[in-house]
Amino acid sequence: SSTSTPPHYACPSSTGTQTCGSYEFRFAVTSLDPLVLVIDGGPLSFRAHCPLLREQHYQYLKKGLRHLSDAYECLDASRPWLCYWILHSLELLEEPVPAAVASDVCQFLARCQSSTGGFAGGPGQHAHLAPTYAAVNALCILGTDEAYGVIDREKLLDFLYSVKQPDGSFVMHVGGEVDVRSAYCAASVASLTNIITPTLFEGTHNWILSCQNWEGGLGGVPGLEAHGGYTFCGTAALVILGKENMLDLKALLRWVTSRQMRYEGGFQGRCNKLVDGCYSFWQAGLLPLLHRALFKDGDRTLSLSSWMFERQALQEYLLLCCQNPGGGLLDKPGKSRDFYHTCYCLSGLSIAQHFGNKDLHHELVLGKEENRLAPTHPVYNICPEKVARAIQHFHQLPVPAHTRSNSKT
Amino acid sequence: QIDDFNLMWDSPDRKEWADLEPVPQDDGPNPVVKIAYSERFRDVYDYFRALLKHDEKSERALALTAEAIELNAANYTVWHYRRVLLQALEKDLRVEMKYITAIIEDQPKNYQVWHHRRMVVEWLSDPSEELQFTAEILSQDAKNYHAWQHRQWVIQEYKLWAGELEYVEELLEEDVRNNSAWNQRHFVISRTTTYSPPEVLEREVQYTIRQIKKAPHNESAWNYLKGILQPTGLSSYAGLLEQVEGLQGSCCSPYLLGFLVDYYEEALETNGGKYNLTETLNKALGLCDLLAQDQDTIRREYWRYVARTLQSQYDSGETSPPLTEQQ
Repeated sequence: SSTSTPPHYACPSSTGTQTCGSYEFRFAVTSLDPLVLVIDGGPLSFRAHCPLLREQHYQYLKKGLRHLSDAYECLDASRPWLCYWILHSLELLEEPVPAAVASDVCQFLARCQSSTGGFAGGPGQHAHLAPTYAAVNALCILGTDEAYGVIDREKLLDFLYSVKQPDGSFVMHVGGEVDVRSAYCAASVASLTNIITPTLFEGTHNWILSCQNWEGGLGGVPGLEAHGGYTFCGTAALVILGKENMLDLKALLRWVTSRQMRYEGGFQGRCNKLVDGCYSFWQAGLLPLLHRALFKDGDRTLSLSSWMFERQALQEYLLLCCQNPGGGLLDKPGKSRDFYHTCYCLSGLSIAQHFGNKDLHHELVLGKEENRLAPTHPVYNICPEKVARAIQHFHQLPVPAHTRSNSKT
Repeated sequence: QIDDFNLMWDSPDRKEWADLEPVPQDDGPNPVVKIAYSERFRDVYDYFRALLKHDEKSERALALTAEAIELNAANYTVWHYRRVLLQALEKDLRVEMKYITAIIEDQPKNYQVWHHRRMVVEWLSDPSEELQFTAEILSQDAKNYHAWQHRQWVIQEYKLWAGELEYVEELLEEDVRNNSAWNQRHFVISRTTTYSPPEVLEREVQYTIRQIKKAPHNESAWNYLKGILQPTGLSSYAGLLEQVEGLQGSCCSPYLLGFLVDYYEEALETNGGKYNLTETLNKALGLCDLLAQDQDTIRREYWRYVARTLQSQYDSGETSPPLTEQQ
């Protein structure tokens, strides 16, 4: 058993009867010496040396923003996501986007906007809440008047009404599926662009609450297993709607803190599943949300210096196990890099590094000062200044009127 | 089996398409996130865009959607169009079921394919293959989230609860750590008998304790035990504390200790007069310390918070908790 410094890598991970026989389930970092991390046979001394490969990530992102190989055909209906994942990664790395590139992104996203409102996965496709979320976030990261001006707010509101369901939930697109992601996407874009009407989110908070289950986390729809991605979406949506205190916060806190892996340091998406770098954001990102929610509830026993997870261990996992030497980040060793994991691994790293807000700020940066990333907003996952600027901009405009005549339902 | 549907594009001579002008994608003059599509991908989608533009409802359009899906099964616009065509052309949905079965087998982690299957099942009002189908997918990946979602939808929509608890037990027999199966157990019971009947709760508690004895470090079982008892109260279940304390010898784990913290915390809250408040608080604080410093150090911040919260709520000033570090 350990004492003061948690030896995350000191013990093999086998516990009890191994009933799940696949190689994947046996993944863990193992070492006989608490000071030495062994991956794929080669030793690395981790306490002294865990650099964030800034330059490599930058080149990977810079290229991807323009050109992607045919391996990305599978994301041809998610191109605004690619814009967001890359732009957000660049803003975390504090790498500027040249004005010409920014303008090109604006014009591309304008082509992804549907004539009936909302954004689609690519030009000519149908509107869908996920690329809508991504496009609005990407435009807010750019933060220019040109960017804000791309969004047709009136049509966006029409689109949101067109996917709203009587039970308070939203389908992801007309004729599409329901799950809690849609509520988050809708709440995110509506709050940033100031188009929330009195009826838009009627019943939504109750539907989201019904997704919290016996485990304390939230599933995609009521009845399903608690899952990090859906738990983040549901919780963040409730924060936007001001109803986060209606959750069983204690149960949720217990669930999410239990998702941090004692040996790997990273987070799993569900109980008894494997670690994955992307949950560094979906799961760890819940802790700032819960901290604020508990504080709002009157809790004064909260820490004044840290989120309630092992921040150093998460940073170690990300820096030591989730970086591709050629740039980009990934799920776990052995997996390929991609822009989704690059975005969420970096977002998780930022969450782990920064505690508090601009008034009360405690940083914990593992490794050199150069590893420091920009802070990210735990609700929207874009930088806090960009959230503030967008809200400020759009609140100068009136909430569009939504009349029955332009309603699709 | 998928290849049975993709015959059109093998033909190099596309006389059947000569009347249709392909529509290139409008990425604008300075594209971003530009994908280097293969020639086939570009061709298929250029023709798909043409069909969409003309709102063509034909057999060749249906065949083209299959090609487009094969190239990118996540293109929800294509799936939507396919559904429009299936209805407009009054296609045999039994054939469509065979098609979607093959696609899902090949790409079981895609949202659109499962939604499409759900639509076809709804149109046919025929859920008769769904339990077997989802069981087949789960036999390859027992935690596939989409499969479980589809299965739960079918069971709830068509009231196919019979036999599901038995299915769950089979899965838990194969892998007692399968959290999805534990969730399904809760799903079935909470929506059928519920946990209110004492004989149900008793059966479930004893079942879970048996599984804990078989695999003491299985978090799912401990979470389930807590999950089913918390609504009525951990401290209101007779003999529970003794049973759990009895497991400490052979089955100790951070989960057992956490369960005891929950038990004591609840005892403090309900304070039925059965307990010595100070003694119970000290036990709880002692466990939080043990967890934070030794048995569950990755959650050190959390266990310290729990201790502080208990302290602040229940400490009358007489206790001397061993909190060693500041907030």
